Amino acid sequence: MHELSLMQTLGERVLSVAAAEGAEKVVAIRLRIGTLAGVDPDALRFAAEVVLADTLAANATLTIEEIPATWWCAPCGADFTTPPDARACPRCGALSARLLRGQDLSLVSVELVP
Amino acid sequence: MCGHCACGEPPVPEAPPAAAGRPVSLEDSLLARNNHLAAHNREHFRAAGVRVVNVLSSPGSGKTALLERLAALAPPGLRLAALVGDLATDNDARRLREAGLPAVQITTGQACHLEAAMVHRGLEALAEAGHPLTAVDLLLIENVGNLVCPAAFDLGEDLRLVLLSVTEGEDKPLKYPALFHSADVVVISKSDLAEAVDFDRPLAHRNVEQVAPAARLLEVSARRGTGVDALLELLLPASARAAALPVG
Repeated sequence: MHELSLMQTLGERVLSVAAAEGAEKVVAIRLRIGTLAGVDPDALRFAAEVVLADTLAANATLTIEEIPATWWCAPCGADFTTPPDARACPRCGALSARLLRGQDLSLVSVELVP
Repeated sequence: MCGHCACGEPPVPEAPPAAAGRPVSLEDSLLARNNHLAAHNREHFRAAGVRVVNVLSSPGSGKTALLERLAALAPPGLRLAALVGDLATDNDARRLREAGLPAVQITTGQACHLEAAMVHRGLEALAEAGHPLTAVDLLLIENVGNLVCPAAFDLGEDLRLVLLSVTEGEDKPLKYPALFHSADVVVISKSDLAEAVDFDRPLAHRNVEQVAPAARLLEVSARRGTGVDALLELLLPASARAAALPVG
């Protein structure tokens, strides 16, 4: 359950941005999570409710953009996207050792009022 | 139509657009703080010339037994030390110290993984116990037994060693791809029990290769000591061992 400690970090960051901007409320939070980041989006949502309760961000809409694992296929000279437990190129079957994307764990943006 | 079937009901209105707020773009990594501290640890490790291995696996797959055996079979003169993470108790650190391995326990409380900051504090405790980094050649960090959370937390290590015990099931790498993907070395542990549990070796190897094709794969029995020499060679290149051992 490290989703809770991640959301605590996130909550601190969101609230400090809101304070620095002089906002009254945080209405939206946008995250980007790779499917190989080792984080469960549902657990993050649950943790967000707990961490953000009774704060300026209590009712913020949490949008989680999931980024599928994208690999580089050297024989094909092109990338491909797979579910997290696979890494074989769907064109030629070669296994890729080079992950291009899929471990993202980012706070993309917030929306503030006013 | 409601949009889903031919019921004739009016379409369900779309959810109202999220309350229009003032967007502030951030693009922060949620792991930025840990990554920063891990980079700091890495600088310490480089400066002291110590090789650092992060050992990860599920609980009970043989991390502590493997470390005990590494300590027993390491060439004399090679200075080993360990940090070991658990939610509670210092049982593992005591076991390792009894095996002759200087060890400091990190109890994480509720945390399911080690973080770079905990390792930094552990290094201070090791130094206080008379084992500063400059007096260590190979530092083994035994992470909290967990195949999920520790994957995301860089500790500043040179190598990640992931254990898969033969008693766990051949499909663990497929079920926990993020952790196995991050491995530099995968050790199939408790290999002396393989026959007793009908371990399907080719299947396990295929599954590891599918998730971690770049990782080195080897089988070890800590109980029998088989494979431990080969593992030591992987963890510590010959040049590093030569440098660590006193000449003559």
